[in-house]
Amino acid sequence: MTELSVEALSPQREQPVPGEPENWRRFFSFSTDHKVIGIQYIVTAFVFFLIGGFLAMVMRGELVTPAADLIDRTVYNAMFTMHGTIMLFMWTFPVLNGLANYVVPLQIGARDMAFPRLNAVAFWLVPVFGTILMASFLVPGGPSQSGWWAYPPVSLQNPAGHLINGQALWILAVALSGVSSIMGAVNIVTTIVRMRAPGMTFFKMPVFCWTVMAAQTIQLFGLPALTAGAVMLLFDLTVGTSFFNPELGGDPVLYQHFFWFYSHPAVYVIILPVFGVFSELFPVYSRKPLFGYHVVAISSFIITGLSAIVWVHHMFASGTPGWMRMLFMATTMLISVPTGIKIFAWVATIWGGKLRLDTPMLFALGGLLNFLFAGITGIMLAAVPFDIHVNNTYFVVGHFHYVIYGAAVMGIYAAIYHWFPKMTGRMYYEGLGKLHFVLTFIGVNLNFLPMHPLGLQGMPRRVASYDPEFAFWNVLASIGAFLLGVSTLPFLLNMISSWIQGPKASANPWRAIGLEWMVASPPPHENFDVIPTIVSEPYGYGKDEPLVASPMLSTELASELS
Amino acid sequence: MSSVNLDQSLNTSGAVATHVAEHHDEAGNSMFGFIVFLLSESVIFLSFFTGYIVYKTTALDWLPAGVEGLEVREPFINTVVLVSSSFVIYIAERYLHKENLWGFRLFWLLTMAMGSYFLYGQAVEWAGLPFSFTDGLFGGTFYLLTGFHGLHVMTGVLLQGIMLAKSFIPGNYDNGEVGVAATSLFWHFVDVIWIILFILIYVWQ
Repeated sequence: MTELSVEALSPQREQPVPGEPENWRRFFSFSTDHKVIGIQYIVTAFVFFLIGGFLAMVMRGELVTPAADLIDRTVYNAMFTMHGTIMLFMWTFPVLNGLANYVVPLQIGARDMAFPRLNAVAFWLVPVFGTILMASFLVPGGPSQSGWWAYPPVSLQNPAGHLINGQALWILAVALSGVSSIMGAVNIVTTIVRMRAPGMTFFKMPVFCWTVMAAQTIQLFGLPALTAGAVMLLFDLTVGTSFFNPELGGDPVLYQHFFWFYSHPAVYVIILPVFGVFSELFPVYSRKPLFGYHVVAISSFIITGLSAIVWVHHMFASGTPGWMRMLFMATTMLISVPTGIKIFAWVATIWGGKLRLDTPMLFALGGLLNFLFAGITGIMLAAVPFDIHVNNTYFVVGHFHYVIYGAAVMGIYAAIYHWFPKMTGRMYYEGLGKLHFVLTFIGVNLNFLPMHPLGLQGMPRRVASYDPEFAFWNVLASIGAFLLGVSTLPFLLNMISSWIQGPKASANPWRAIGLEWMVASPPPHENFDVIPTIVSEPYGYGKDEPLVASPMLSTELASELS
Repeated sequence: MSSVNLDQSLNTSGAVATHVAEHHDEAGNSMFGFIVFLLSESVIFLSFFTGYIVYKTTALDWLPAGVEGLEVREPFINTVVLVSSSFVIYIAERYLHKENLWGFRLFWLLTMAMGSYFLYGQAVEWAGLPFSFTDGLFGGTFYLLTGFHGLHVMTGVLLQGIMLAKSFIPGNYDNGEVGVAATSLFWHFVDVIWIILFILIYVWQ
């Protein structure tokens, strides 16, 4: 095994279309460069984000008035189903995979991911299943109307009566999304475990890599459960098996278990990398080391572990026995401990720091604030009596939109602004960035805060019309939704114009400490001329210790020290 | 603290050493990734098994009308063949380690034959059953579990075919072959899944 021929030293990873860093055509090729794939993921996902956001604005347009007067009720059902599905499977997962793809190999000092071709295949599945899902707008009967969780027996109705129907396409798209996610997860976990640069022990690894690994571990053990449930649902829908069909003796609640066994941990797949982004950004813009680095890193995996045993809190009202409710209430509340540790550590990092309120920092701070609020309503929802009171109301909708938009999307924006100079070699326009932040932050709170009083007063979710007494808060929420729609315009303008003609960015515009900031912007093909050797923990702000040993000097340094 | 790390850095100074280490790792990466994938894949089976147990213990009408239970004798023979093939594939791997290519090919082919026999036996059993997948929860879960497992056996045999063909490329397997090790691991995985499946479906009636 150890016999190495001369041939083996030549570069083995063939790049079908490596392309120059300036050649935009490489983004439309089957490139195996992790940086190209990362940007492909992010841009593709953002297109779906705009589509999903458009659907949301149609819904909020409908809800401006109490009567169902803008769109048909069945269309409304399709809107919220597609909105949820697109936002989770085609926006948050792919965009975070894109960030991980771009940043993780740079942060761990690797030339690429462990399996570059698998990486490209995993990405190219995204437009494939995106197209399949979009195609469901064109089939008879329209898209699925059973909500993003597709509970049977609603999802088994197939009103159009065709074999190719919106629900079947939905299942197919979700299953393919699962295949893509598993490919991505295998790749990312292998990369982080096996491709770290010399000297980079786990406890010298940036927290973003920790959280990405924790999130991808969830994909690995959770997603197959959803796949199993989806396969059985597809058979029920198409070939007439009776797994979840109560009329034929099936058990619809079992589907809920399969679904939530994955889909609750899935929110940690989304939020964990965003925790990583927070942990990366706060030290940079506060000029202080991350408070409690080890604990923050480990708590990611505590969240991963606990996330596997909380899913029944989505089913408190599904005829769940009392002992199970109590058990899952306790585990759900327990998960706020590692999360609280992180929030504490971030606040302690910012505390007394020399804050620089650039756009990434503003988005991170806003995201942290929203996440804190979402966490508090989360604890409220974990309590069985309260949960039963607000079950299926707008309180739940408000809660998880604070998590997904308020924390996750704002964290993603923070990450995009933070690494934009690295990805493109250009600076974005700070003024437009700040405008984007203000619009987003006001929009999020205007859109989602009114949902809490609405839910407490008993307005059910997923209906196109409502009692006139709820009109006030709904109008506010709709204004917030349109504001969020508007907020994407300065972002798009900023990203496109700065990429084309923005001022050139240096290798390290934020004066940040990290391997990704030690290479050129954008990084060269295969990232590093010489793989660096890491000698100290990340986030050494104000510590005056080198992050890496110069390979040429290390021998001299070692002899000096000894 | 930092002096310890500097010592570590001495082992891999210079670009050439790093490159060698990287390439040396690629086979290891593939195997690691494959094991991670198999662990993930096992959760699908775990989900199906859980579903089966829930259905069997809670369903009001478990067996379809007119069905007494499953015949165990033929499936047991099938089980013996599949479980033995796991040992046969191990022997094939040993031969490859000793760089005896023909020994490898012989036992590898024998594994493929045993896997194919298992698939044949499964097909014969399916053809003779008095119920279909639409006959209640028992029918559905039976065909789901055996079918999904059968799909894995078929995949395994196909992979083995590919690895056998690749052994005829001169010098291809001189330094071992990660594909062979992965296929073999996959075969053991399929085997273990079958043992659980056999106990759940045929023994626990």
